[in-house]
Amino acid sequence: MKKRYVSGASRGYEYCMSIKVLIVDDSKLARMSVAKALNASHPDWIRIEAANADEALELARRSPIDVALLDFNMPGRDGLTLAAELLALYPELPVAVISANHQVEIVNRAREAGASFLSKPLTAQALNDFLEASVMRTKTGHQ
Amino acid sequence: MSVLNDLELDALTELVNIGVSGAAASLREMVGEQVLLSVPNVALVSRDQAVKILGERESKKLVAVHQLFEGDIKGRALLIFPETKSLELVRAVTGGELPLEDIIELEQEALAETGNVILNGCLATMANMLQRSLKMSLPEILRGESEQLFGLQSSADGEDVVLFLYINFAMRKRDIRGYIAMLMDMPSLTALKTLLGELIERAGGLETRTDVRT
Repeated sequence: MKKRYVSGASRGYEYCMSIKVLIVDDSKLARMSVAKALNASHPDWIRIEAANADEALELARRSPIDVALLDFNMPGRDGLTLAAELLALYPELPVAVISANHQVEIVNRAREAGASFLSKPLTAQALNDFLEASVMRTKTGHQ
Repeated sequence: MSVLNDLELDALTELVNIGVSGAAASLREMVGEQVLLSVPNVALVSRDQAVKILGERESKKLVAVHQLFEGDIKGRALLIFPETKSLELVRAVTGGELPLEDIIELEQEALAETGNVILNGCLATMANMLQRSLKMSLPEILRGESEQLFGLQSSADGEDVVLFLYINFAMRKRDIRGYIAMLMDMPSLTALKTLLGELIERAGGLETRTDVRT
């Protein structure tokens, strides 16, 4: 995955034309909101969507993904469980769990699983900060 | 009877999810223990069905903190739990050090305050996302079975369909569980449909590929 990054300094860091972002949320509205924010800052990135953990894993197994944005409260397995499953598949994958439920236990569990926690409603700033850090982290190797 | 289309129902469920999730985080600060939430359930049902849904889950007596909200949409929000759990919730909120007689004395006030934090938090988040302001009444404590909680006033035009949404919450260590429910009648539902349409439009309506072609 790291070899896919090419030089392109328009946002102050090198980025790849084909970074693939997996958006998982049982709400279509929530997926649309994330897609809109993502499209505004990174129109050239590829977005793929899933409505639950099973669909997400199937997509992730089918071809590698570069970033995952996961809702927490979903029917079936929640976003934290999915985060662990995706990280077992791709240990270097930058993952964010997104929820309005910012209880300390949930935020801590996200961090322990190796994921970031972002608050809902998601702001463009918070998303971009996470994406920028993710790209930097991937580019320089996992830290 | 589908007043709301699939995407509008989806948007409403997400709105409730965000509102209740934030409220759960506030409750967690009050009780010092994680509050577990279910996925919200949103349904258009008759008042009788709403009573039945809750009655099937909880046959015993219930306590509810009840608040009216009013603005472009109006309705009722309730924080409901079995009466047997009421004192335990008060104990959790007050820190658990007080003797029983003090807890009993504080019960009304503590329930009202807890309900106020949760319901206001939830409704305020929803109002903000809909970009409308909602006026909320002071909390009121209701006791009784589900008929008493939901069957307060039937609408004058005989319209008996309500938007009923509920979400379960639980605190495992303290064996506390309950529901947050909201009821709206048909005129509010029509207004809500417009507001949800605006929310969806703001979300952009961006279509995203769901399958991967490499």
